[in-house]
Amino acid sequence: MAHLTEKARGTAPAAPAPPRPVPAPRRARLRRGVTPWLFLLAPLALLVTFTYAPIVNMVAYSFTDWDGVSPELRFTGPGNYTEIFTREDLFQVFFVSGYYLAASAVQIVAALYFATVLSFNVRFRNFFKGVLFFPYLINGVAIGFVFLYFFQDGGTLDSVLGLFGADPDHAWLGDPVSANTSLAGVSVWRYLGLNFVLFLGAIQSIPGELYEAAELDGANRWQQFRHIIAPGIKPVLTLTVILSVSGSLSAFEIPYIMTGGATGTETFVIQTVKLAFQFNKTGLASAAAVVLLLIILLVTWVQRRLVPDERVDLV
Amino acid sequence: MTRRVLARTLVYLSLALATVVVLLPLTVVVLTSLKTEREMADDGGALSLPENPLNFANYVSAFQDGRMLSAFGNTAFVLLFAVGGTVLIGSMTAYAIDRFRFRFRKPVLAAFLVAALVPGVTTQVATFQIVTSLGMFDSLWAPIALYMGTDIVSIYIFLQFVRSIPVSLDEAARLDGAGAFTIYRKIIFPLLKPAIATVVIVKGITVYNDFYIPFLYMPSEDLGVISTSLFRFRGPFGAHWETISAGAVLVILPTLIVFLALQKFIYNGFTKGATR
Repeated sequence: MAHLTEKARGTAPAAPAPPRPVPAPRRARLRRGVTPWLFLLAPLALLVTFTYAPIVNMVAYSFTDWDGVSPELRFTGPGNYTEIFTREDLFQVFFVSGYYLAASAVQIVAALYFATVLSFNVRFRNFFKGVLFFPYLINGVAIGFVFLYFFQDGGTLDSVLGLFGADPDHAWLGDPVSANTSLAGVSVWRYLGLNFVLFLGAIQSIPGELYEAAELDGANRWQQFRHIIAPGIKPVLTLTVILSVSGSLSAFEIPYIMTGGATGTETFVIQTVKLAFQFNKTGLASAAAVVLLLIILLVTWVQRRLVPDERVDLV
Repeated sequence: MTRRVLARTLVYLSLALATVVVLLPLTVVVLTSLKTEREMADDGGALSLPENPLNFANYVSAFQDGRMLSAFGNTAFVLLFAVGGTVLIGSMTAYAIDRFRFRFRKPVLAAFLVAALVPGVTTQVATFQIVTSLGMFDSLWAPIALYMGTDIVSIYIFLQFVRSIPVSLDEAARLDGAGAFTIYRKIIFPLLKPAIATVVIVKGITVYNDFYIPFLYMPSEDLGVISTSLFRFRGPFGAHWETISAGAVLVILPTLIVFLALQKFIYNGFTKGATR
């Protein structure tokens, strides 16, 4: 504080003999009031420019027929929204999300199983951990290519099935059901590792004495899981569920890279990107994006209601 | 006792199966990348071994024709600025919010928290218009600005760490005449090292692997980062799986090296990053 007062006094023009004490602290207080804003200037500017301004604009665009380029745009009221919910081909994409939602369920169960198994003493534990987690770190385009070859006619999958005597000769990405199942399978392959590591971290934060006590009481592995592990990782589990739901709704990379949305694999985000950047229907695309955003916020809100987070102490 | 043995066997079997499921597609791609065009045409099956395991010709053509060198250069440039900016912005925000009591502090914090709920993919249509109007479209600065401006997770991580640094350190420095900026630079920032490591790793991997943002904002071929350059591969190389595979391996390799070198930090980083 000392130097602040000094500085403030120094700038006072031709200070009269008795220094007035009032203005100095006020200046100091002002400086202290301004300092945090100096630190927040850049972060807030970026936050507003790239998060809040787009949301506001997007909602505004969604009520117009703007094409994203021309200076003219007409207000169309809720027209875009009725179009999304009434045009069957636009609504279709929500069914594709179903495949990814189902895959998420498989993924969470598998991740939970492997996390539980690998938090106990298992040989080559670190090797298995690394193997399960590594796919999450791989570039999405590279994964897309790896699995394009995997599902190729005569590619990896066919060759493996051939080893077991099967000769399926199946175009895996050829019809909507098997294509979507294949793509959802790739997304399990890719994201299992993240869920696994989150669960593993949560399980390891449970104090070890609890297991010892349970074992003394004669609890078997399943009982230990049910009564110690499951409640212990509940916060992480619910976080994973939200991430999975919003991830399933916004699936983009894998289907876009592998099929480009062909054969009925178009997801919500692929559709929005096409509407906005290929067909120049910015208005309609914005309405679609608002719908997606609202669904995701709703899911998050419902989850917060059902499982209140005890650790909302950030403020 | 036999039941126990059976259970253990089943556990190892499941782990072995998972290992095969994860590693098989990757191994086949490595094998394919070492085959010649003729071997591919002969159709020995995807699982057959290459005749010459040291045939790196496909890597050379992938590296040259796929413009991988410029892709790695562009990626490095974006990584440097985006990660550096994220660290700076995240730590400054955390410092200002945790160490000062000012008017509108709670609304500011809430603004950052609420933004965390908005997935980037949903607002891209409108963000695109803003980036265009700022004149950043089709330049390396577009992804840099977007990565810096929308990373809320790193702010969380820094906030947690700043909170654990005792305030008495700041006060001692202030008595010695240090201003807010000096305190940030000389005390807070150096003590944030573990948090910085976490953010650098998590953010670095995200930026290196991101496809959506560079794909939308940098259509020029000169501005290809590794994701978009690899994506463009499919056009000219069509069904030349041996070259495409080599390109994919080239992109995966740096990730593998970093992963093996920093395993422990990476696990920690992701647990911290996601659970906040």
